[in-house]
Amino acid sequence: MTRLILAVAAMTALTVLTRAAPFLFFSRRKPPAAVDYLQAYLPPALMTILVLSAFKDVAWAEFPHGIPAIAGAAATALVHLAKRNVLLSIACGTAAFIALTRLLA
Amino acid sequence: MKERSRQGRRREAVSAAFKAGVPVLLGYTSIGFAFGLVLVGLGLPWWLAPTMALFVFAGAAQFMGAGLLAAGAGLGEIALLTLLMNGRHMVYGLSVLDAYKGAGWRKPYLIFGLTDETYGIVTTIAPPPGSDPIDFYFALTALNQLWWFLGCLAGAAIGRAVPFDTSGLEFAMTALFVVLLMEQLRSIRRAEPYLAAAAAVVIASIAVGPDNLILVATILSCAFLLALRRRLEPAGGAGSAR
Repeated sequence: MTRLILAVAAMTALTVLTRAAPFLFFSRRKPPAAVDYLQAYLPPALMTILVLSAFKDVAWAEFPHGIPAIAGAAATALVHLAKRNVLLSIACGTAAFIALTRLLA
Repeated sequence: MKERSRQGRRREAVSAAFKAGVPVLLGYTSIGFAFGLVLVGLGLPWWLAPTMALFVFAGAAQFMGAGLLAAGAGLGEIALLTLLMNGRHMVYGLSVLDAYKGAGWRKPYLIFGLTDETYGIVTTIAPPPGSDPIDFYFALTALNQLWWFLGCLAGAAIGRAVPFDTSGLEFAMTALFVVLLMEQLRSIRRAEPYLAAAAAVVIASIAVGPDNLILVATILSCAFLLALRRRLEPAGGAGSAR
């Protein structure tokens, strides 16, 4: 019990520390120009990383060779290109993923 | 009258936050549910799942922490791995320093709740015009945590009795990132940041495999972006990207 609570406390403290670091560091001084530059280009880079890393646990060598994940992402992107409706894109992509996962099981 | 319109604007911000966060609702409740199931399945007490949702509020780190606790790992090990797993969050704040400026008493909570998904929405979807952006960000963060909490609680409480098949719903999170990436492509029309990040993912997956992929790719991307600064900066337009 104590061990569990201590572990939750440690995980909380360290997670908050990572999220608060830039705010603590730049609360009193102006961020240098390099940081200003980074903050503008980090969102596209990080979204790219988050999308690609969603495929990191796919077993490419085994059937169905990641087809549900690829098709789900493609369906999301195509519906979004056509309609630009966030919810619709996500619903279609997720539905495609679930349907293919069960069909190809 | 004036008070009323302020209230109206606040309500508008909350409803916009709700709409922007619906994909997170789907993703967090199903992944949280899975987390609750896993935690109870590992033989840990059920209350640990909602407690972690309330205080830790970090998906991957919670799964890892539960696994380590069940395996009898030490506190130091859990602390170190939490730091490694959430290290990527150190750069998230950089992009919202300005957006969260002037948040006052709500700022500590906004920072506490800066998950991958909240970060993605805050940096991509604009708050409704005329409303206080902080109302929007605050409602978004609080709703996201509510969905996560409810998912973790339900998974732990119900999961041990009834077998549930919610597998696949967690793909909503991936789909959300795909949509947010497409919105980024619309506003930042330079190939370099995307290519740099893709290269970073490839290098990281070869170098460290899946476990610390995101952290290593994030660090590499920062390095690549800094190396590309001369190329990207004079083009301008990045400052108004949000």
